[in-house]
Amino acid sequence: MSARIIHIARNTFREAVRDRVLYNLIAFALLLSGAAIFVGQISIDIERLVVINLGLTAVSLFGVVIAIFIGIGLVSKEIEKRTLYTVLSRPVRRWEFIVGKFFGLAGTLVVNAFFMAIGVFGALLYVAHKFAKPDALILVALYFIILEFLIICSLALLFSSFSSPLLSAVFAFSLFVIGSFADDLRGFAGLAHGVTRWFTTAAAYMVPNFSALNVISAVAHQQPISAQLILHNTLYALFYTATALSGAVLIFERRNLK
Amino acid sequence: MAAIEILGLEKTYMVGFWRKRPKRAVQPLHLTVEEGEIFGFLGPNGAGKTTTLKMLMGLVFPTSGTARILGREWTDPEIKAQIGFLPEQPYFYDYLTAHELLDYYGQLSGVPAKDRARRVGEVLQKVGLTDIRGVQLRKFSKGMLQRAGIAQAILHNPKLVFFDEPMSGLDPLGRREVRDLMEQLKQEGKTVFFSTHILSDAEALCDRVAIIHKGELRGVGAVEDLTSTVQGKVEVIWQGTQIPASMRALGAECHVTGDTVRAVLAENQQDAAIDALRRERIRLIAITPLRTSLEAYFVEKLQPSQTPSGRTVGTAV
Repeated sequence: MSARIIHIARNTFREAVRDRVLYNLIAFALLLSGAAIFVGQISIDIERLVVINLGLTAVSLFGVVIAIFIGIGLVSKEIEKRTLYTVLSRPVRRWEFIVGKFFGLAGTLVVNAFFMAIGVFGALLYVAHKFAKPDALILVALYFIILEFLIICSLALLFSSFSSPLLSAVFAFSLFVIGSFADDLRGFAGLAHGVTRWFTTAAAYMVPNFSALNVISAVAHQQPISAQLILHNTLYALFYTATALSGAVLIFERRNLK
Repeated sequence: MAAIEILGLEKTYMVGFWRKRPKRAVQPLHLTVEEGEIFGFLGPNGAGKTTTLKMLMGLVFPTSGTARILGREWTDPEIKAQIGFLPEQPYFYDYLTAHELLDYYGQLSGVPAKDRARRVGEVLQKVGLTDIRGVQLRKFSKGMLQRAGIAQAILHNPKLVFFDEPMSGLDPLGRREVRDLMEQLKQEGKTVFFSTHILSDAEALCDRVAIIHKGELRGVGAVEDLTSTVQGKVEVIWQGTQIPASMRALGAECHVTGDTVRAVLAENQQDAAIDALRRERIRLIAITPLRTSLEAYFVEKLQPSQTPSGRTVGTAV
């Protein structure tokens, strides 16, 4: 990887940290510790289920919100504030800037998710008093959540490369919601006929399939996750991310920075 | 070798709701800047100066035309390692300190890690920001940001520096310091290309200037040539308050200021004027060719001129 991409990624990470993005961890810690104490008092035998469900869902939602709200400004804010001028007037290719920004945001989210994961395991230990072997599956769920972050980051960057922050937020959040019901959308497409079927099938396969990346409930119920699903989701997320990033690069390469 | 060769760069934006109405920001521009000179790119606000600079920096894509910078195609990204650029009213990552900002830009410019700390320290000192090197840029005044902007433009020791309105936001002392810095860059053999609408700065600094108005090049040449005796007049100054009748007979316009008289007359009357003053035993102080100010030249060039076909054109000197 080009050294310039690493420098841009590191600076993007530093910006997120200094803009107090990681302060969300405090809210997350408060939420989880409160929930753990509350669940410990009122539930019988389902503490583990509730804590995993609540904890992993919070990891996912906190991360998605951060990915969208930072991602949508990554390019447009730099153009608006004209900070981009002094970067692109150096030997920095436009694609390096986009890719560097992507890795910076993805790195921020991974670090964020790492600390949240510690919180989830801490809360689990508090209510269950010990770890069980199936708890290792939580790591798989966390891995899928990170794959979800990669897709969201690339989509937010794609929208940010041609649209205003507000519209980018609307587009990215809408895709997240639709993508969370991608399986249902595909089911609906299977029931349609004629041109409708053609359109709904195309739409169902174009939106990111976040429902396939959501194994939180299965993990909470200690259901096994197949290696095939892990491989499939990994390849799917990498392909989708690379496609969205390529789109962002193609648009940004042609954009006049007025 | 020319530092900059602009070969017909042109920019037309499509404006309006459907983006169908063309608006020409820069008409085909041909310009050459020699190595080692300070070149002023002059024009009123909205003339096309910043668009031209952005095209050269690869921030805006020209509609047509090309350019060569330091002998290479201007689209070659590697050429940018030898270029410094200060945008107009620069903004920077305000969560960084001045030191961190320069270190980051040094990394992007490919300054080796072993040289970076030294180089950052040097330029911070050069622009007078050493004492506040650890302060975040969000706490900087406009003038301090301008200094940080100049620092980042010269950080990597570029051969060619582009400054877009470098005096903007600076107090008189700061402007003086920037002028000194630009002269120092020239002494170091670097080429400085700067845009401004402050003519006194251009007159004091530039070897050559170009004037652009409404996207059209209206004139280009050496400052000395542009401010030469184009009016064919001389200025005669003598001691006292007496104005001999013979001087008036020569058609001199005389003005008494304190204990001296300043007269302006045609260049071919110069010898007759000297003789007239000698006859009256008046002490001559100076005779100098009357020079057109850059301002007068600038104002003249902003007036549209017409070709026989009716097309408005500029003139090159």
